[in-house]
Amino acid sequence: MKDIKSQASKNAAPGKQGGLNAEIQSRIGHQLRAMYDDVVRQGVPDRFAELIRKLDVPEPDPQLGVEGGGPANKNDGRD
Amino acid sequence: MPLTDSLRDDILASVPSLRAFAISLSGNGDRADDLVQETLLRALANIDSFQPGSNLAAWLFTILRNLFRSDYRKRRREVEDADGSYAKTLKTQPAQNAHLEFEEFRAALEKLPQDQREALILVGASGFSYEDAAAICGCAVGTIKSRVNRARSKLSALLYVDGAEDFGPDETVRAVIGGSGG
Repeated sequence: MKDIKSQASKNAAPGKQGGLNAEIQSRIGHQLRAMYDDVVRQGVPDRFAELIRKLDVPEPDPQLGVEGGGPANKNDGRD
Repeated sequence: MPLTDSLRDDILASVPSLRAFAISLSGNGDRADDLVQETLLRALANIDSFQPGSNLAAWLFTILRNLFRSDYRKRRREVEDADGSYAKTLKTQPAQNAHLEFEEFRAALEKLPQDQREALILVGASGFSYEDAAAICGCAVGTIKSRVNRARSKLSALLYVDGAEDFGPDETVRAVIGGSGG
């Protein structure tokens, strides 16, 4: 996500829309990112870490949502 | 390109922002995670079509966005989430005041036309360039810019113009000028 984040500053200049109050625009931008980042900070749920790891070995069975009883490997906070 | 370890790591590293995008689009945590799962499966199945060196996140977001849009047409009526189940997906519950403001913001976001909402999120929250956002949405850069601007105007109207009391004195002036309010 580093590349995405680094692009953020380029687009983040708030409050330059014609006629719109700059303070309001900056509040909107702030709330939008707060909402978004709250989810980003949750990291990668085990469900998806498992899913991607399982695709390591070719699997004949495409039922990937099923619990395989594998070890719970916490991958939270990768970012 | 083949699914190398480093590509797998990169995909995994994109998951948090894919989830955030999915939740912003759908307003529903459970459904968003299904969307992310489907996106990952779709991506891994089509990994050969990914161009090495191109923007992996943009590629994944494109898949997710297309899946959401096909799904959205079918399930338009199920999207309602007025009770704030979105907030329940969050790890940290905001304090009461912040919580209300947050719900208000989310509800306003839901009122935006789909095109405008996704453009605003891609540019304003995911941090994509206008060019990448245009590629993800399959439209011209100018179209993205105009959608983002319209989204911002509409949000500001929904959140702040109606609720002019936020700005104190103006409200009084308005009441005096308007007269008929009581």
